[in-house]
Amino acid sequence: MDVQLKVRRQNPEAEGTPYWKEYALEVPDHFTLLDALIQVREEVDETLSLRCSCRSHICGSCSMRVNGHANLACKTKLSDIHSDTVTVEPMGNMPVIKDLVVDLEPFWKKLYSIDPYLQPAGEVPEREYVVPADSMLHLDGVVNCIMCGACVSDCESLSVNPIFIGPTAFAKEYRFIMDPRDAADTQRLMQMNGPGGVWDCTHCFQCVEVCPKDVAPMDRIMAMRKMLVDDGLAEKHNGARRQKAFTDIVGRYGRLDETRYLMKSVTMVELAGYAKVGLRSMTHGKLPPLRPHRIPDAARIRRIFERTRSTQRRRFKLHQQAQEGSPV
Amino acid sequence: MIYKHDVLVVGAGLAGMRAAIEAHNQGVDVAIVSKVYPVRSHSNAAQGGINAALGEGDTWESHGYDTVKGSDYLGDQDAIEILAREAPAAVLELEHWGVNFSRDETGHLGTRNFGGASQARTFFVADITGQALLQVMFEQLVRVGVRMYNEWFVTSLIESEGVVRGIVGMDIRSGQLHAIQAKAVVLATGGMGRVFEPSTNALINTGDGMAIAYRAGARLMDMEMMQYHPTTLKGSGALLTEGARGEGAYLLNAEGDRFMKKYAPNKLELASRDVVSRAEQTEINEGRGVDNCVLLDCRHLGKDLIMRKLGQIHELALELAGVDIVEQPVPVRPGFHYPMGGIKTDVDGKTTLDGLYAAGECACVSIHGGNRLGANSLLDTVIFGRRAGAAASEHSRSLPSPSDSFPLGEAALEQETSRIRALLDRPYVGELAAKVRWDMGVNMVKHCGVFRDADGLSEMGDLLQSLQDRATRVHVGDKGRVFNTNLTSVLELQFMLDLAVAVQITALTRTESRGAHTRTDYPERDDEHWLKHIQLQYRPNEAPEIHFTPVTMTRWEPQVRSY
Ligand SMILES: Cc1cc2nc3c(=O)[nH]c(=O)nc-3n(C[C@H](O)[C@H](O)[C@H](O)COP(=O)(O)OP(=O)(O)OC[C@H]3O[C@@H](n4cnc5c(N)ncnc54)[C@H](O)[C@@H]3O)c2cc1C
Ligand code: SF4
Ligand code: SF4
Ligand code: FES
Repeated sequence: MDVQLKVRRQNPEAEGTPYWKEYALEVPDHFTLLDALIQVREEVDETLSLRCSCRSHICGSCSMRVNGHANLACKTKLSDIHSDTVTVEPMGNMPVIKDLVVDLEPFWKKLYSIDPYLQPAGEVPEREYVVPADSMLHLDGVVNCIMCGACVSDCESLSVNPIFIGPTAFAKEYRFIMDPRDAADTQRLMQMNGPGGVWDCTHCFQCVEVCPKDVAPMDRIMAMRKMLVDDGLAEKHNGARRQKAFTDIVGRYGRLDETRYLMKSVTMVELAGYAKVGLRSMTHGKLPPLRPHRIPDAARIRRIFERTRSTQRRRFKLHQQAQEGSPV
Repeated sequence: MIYKHDVLVVGAGLAGMRAAIEAHNQGVDVAIVSKVYPVRSHSNAAQGGINAALGEGDTWESHGYDTVKGSDYLGDQDAIEILAREAPAAVLELEHWGVNFSRDETGHLGTRNFGGASQARTFFVADITGQALLQVMFEQLVRVGVRMYNEWFVTSLIESEGVVRGIVGMDIRSGQLHAIQAKAVVLATGGMGRVFEPSTNALINTGDGMAIAYRAGARLMDMEMMQYHPTTLKGSGALLTEGARGEGAYLLNAEGDRFMKKYAPNKLELASRDVVSRAEQTEINEGRGVDNCVLLDCRHLGKDLIMRKLGQIHELALELAGVDIVEQPVPVRPGFHYPMGGIKTDVDGKTTLDGLYAAGECACVSIHGGNRLGANSLLDTVIFGRRAGAAASEHSRSLPSPSDSFPLGEAALEQETSRIRALLDRPYVGELAAKVRWDMGVNMVKHCGVFRDADGLSEMGDLLQSLQDRATRVHVGDKGRVFNTNLTSVLELQFMLDLAVAVQITALTRTESRGAHTRTDYPERDDEHWLKHIQLQYRPNEAPEIHFTPVTMTRWEPQVRSY
C-alpha cells in the first residue's frame, strides 16, 4: 500500500517556524499511522520527533491531529483513511515543543488543580468498601481515560477560554463525584460551578467525537451540570438557571414558552436589558404570544421527561448512607 | 545542574510510584524520575488482574504454593512467602486508594480465574486493571506531592567502588544532562521486551535500569528465564489477556481440538504460561497450527460477557487482527512477554551495590523463578516497590547529606556529557540503530525462544558479538538537543545488547529444562544439579563472571510439576 504523509514540522533550534514535509512510503496493509511514522523516523528521517510507546491505544502518548482531528496515531489504520494524503499535525490548544511533540505541562496542571485523588470520609474499613457492583462498573467508562489529551486538543471552548478546566479534568472529576467512596462531591461540584467550570462548555461535541476511549467527556460535563442544578448548588449561575427554566417549561407544557423562559431564566436587572429588544419585536409583530398554543400531546412529553429522570443514574454515596444510618 | 535528594526513584510505573510514596511517608526527601509521564508507563498495559488470597477459604499458603510450583521451584520461598502474605493488604490498600475493582452481587470484591492458580484469586477492573491501578497510584503520588522529573532519561548511575549515590540523566525536552545526587537510588525501570521481536511490550521497555545497574556492577539473576505469553497476536505481538481464558475461552488447533487436554488434563487452558506456550509451539511445530498460530476461541462466552469483561481485547483483536472475537476465533501464538530475571535483590529490594535498590519488573527477588504466574507481577510491583522504598529511606537516614559524603556528581556528569557528545559526533557509515535492534530481536526469538538448544544459543552468541560491533558504528542522525528521540534510541540499543548477551549466556549455561527455559538438548528438569540461580557480574571487555547461588527453600519441597 502506498501512502503519502504530510507532516507539520517545527524545530525550535533551527528556523522555529512550522513547515510541511511530505513522505511517500510503501507500507503493509495492516499498518497504523504510528507504524508509518516510526518507519519514517527509523529509515527516512531520524530528526522527526513524536511521542509513542505502547502501540496499542493504552498509554496515551501518540495523540496528534490526523486530517484535522485529534486521534491516537496507533489507533489510526492507514487503510481506513480515504484521502490521498494523510495530514499529520501536533495537537491543538497546546504549544509545540518540536514536530509532533507538544507541551503537556498545562494539561497536567489542570488535572492537578481538581485534587485528582479519592477523598473518603470516616474510618478506613478493615476490608474493602462495600459498594454496589454497578457503581464500580459505571466508573470503568471514565477510568478508561488514558490522558491522551485528544479531547483537549480539539475542544472549542478551550481555544477561546484558556482558563476552561477542559474535558480531561472534567472526566476525572466526574469519576470521583460518582465514586461511592469519595466524600468530597459537594466541594468538587462547587469547584466546577465557577469560572472555567462546567458552564463554560459550549456543547460542541468535539471531545466526544475524538476520544479514542469512548469516555464521552461532554456527557460527564452535562451530568455534572445537572447535579449542580439538582443539588441546588447552581442557583446563582446563568447557565444553570437557563437549563432549569428550559427543562421545567418544556417538561410541563411540552414546548418552549419564550416569555416564560425569559422571566424564569434571567434576573430583574437583566430583564430590563431586554426591554428594548422586546419593544422592537412587538412593533415588528415578532413578539411570541403571551399565552402559547397548547400542545395536544403535552402529557406524553411529560412522560418522556419522567422516564428519563427515572433512568438517570443516581449518585450513591457511602458517607451519606453512613449518616442516614441505613445498612449499606 | 546538580540536584540533590535523599532518595531518588527511577521509573514511575507501579513499582516506582509505590516506592516513592513509601519514602515520602517515611519522611525523607524523595523525587521520582521517569522517561515518560507516569501514566504512560507500561504498567498500564496489564489487562488481567492482581492476585491475593483474600477470598473466603483461600490462604496465603495456597497462593504461595501455586507461585512456587509455577516458578518450577526456582523461586526463592522466603520472598514468595512475603508476597503471598502481604498480598491481601496490598490489594486492599489499592482499593482504599480508589481502584474501582470489580464487585460481586453483594458489593464485595469479585475475582476471576487465572492460569496456574488453584483458586480464583485474581482481582480486576474489567480488562484494564493495570490502567486503573496506575491511574490511582499516580493520583496518590500527586496527593502526597512527590517531586517529579518527568521526561528525563537516566543514562547512568553515579557509582564509585560499589557505592551508588545518584544518577545522571537527560532532560529530554531540553536535551541537557543533569546529575541528581541521592543517598539511595531505587531502580524501577520495568521490562526489557524490546530485546525481542515481536513482543507484547511497549517501545519504552528497553531494560535501561537493568543494563545501567549491570554496567555499574550490580548482579543480574535468572536471566535465562524469559516468559513467552501464550496468547499474542501474530503481526504486532500485542497481548490478549489470560483473563480471556480465565473467563473460559478455549485454545484450538487446526483440527479444532482443545489440544491442552493432552498437555495439562486438569487445568487445560489455565495451566502455567510456560506449559501452555510450549504446548502451542509443539502443535505448531508438528503441523497442527493455523498459519503458525493456534486459535483462541471466545465465541461461546457470548457477546455480553465479552463486551463487559473483555472489551479491551475485543477492541485490540478487531483493530490489530481484523477479527471480531464475538464471531470468530482469533489466531494467537506464544510471544515474548516478561523477564523473570533482572537485577538481583534481597526481599527489601537491596541489590549487590551499596545504596542501590530495585523493584518491579526490572528486579529479580526472585519470586517468579522459572515462570511467573499471571497477575503476580502487578502484585510484585506494589509489595516490593513499597519494601524497596522503605529500605532506601532507612538507608538514607544513616548517611550525611549526599553532597558532603559524595561529591561525585560533577565528575559523573562530565563523563556522560563527553560520552554523549561522542555519540552525536559519530560519522554516518550506514549503520542504523533500528536495523541492529531488529536483527537482535528476531534472532533472540529464534534462538532464545520457547525452545532452545546449544547450537542455536552458540550461534546467537556469535551473532551478538557482531551486533555489538555494529552498534559501535550506529550513528545519531538528529544532531539537535530538543526532544531527540533518535539519541535516546541509540542509548537504549546499547542497554538492550548488554541484556541480550546476559540472556544468551545464562541460557547456554543452564543445561536442563525448567520453567520457561526449555532446552531440547536437555529436556528434563535436573534438581540435583540445577536447583540454583545463575547470577552474572559484568566485566568490561570480557565475558561476565558467572556465579551460582542456592534457591531459598522454606516449606515446599520440589515435586514433579503437572497441571
Ligand atoms: C501487555 C501486558 C499485560 C500484562 N498483564 C498483567 C496482568 O494482568 N497482571 C500482572 O500482574 N502483570 C501483568 N503484566 C506485567 C506487569 O504489567 C508489569 O510487569 C508491571 O506493571 C511492571 O511495572 P514496573 O513498575 O516494574 O514497570 P513499568 O510500569 O514498566 O515502569 C517503568 C518505568 O521506568 C521508567 N524508565 C525506564 N527506563 C528509564 C530511563 N532510562 N530513565 C528514566 N526512566 C526510565 C519508565 O518511564 C516507566 O515510568 C503485563 C505486562 C504486559 C506487557
Ligand atoms: S463539548 Fe465542551 S468540553 Fe467537549 S470539546 Fe466541546 S466545549 Fe470542550
Ligand atoms: S477523555 Fe478521551 S480524549 Fe480525553 S484524554 Fe481521556 S481518553 Fe483522551
Ligand atoms: S502509542 Fe500508546 S496510545 Fe498510541
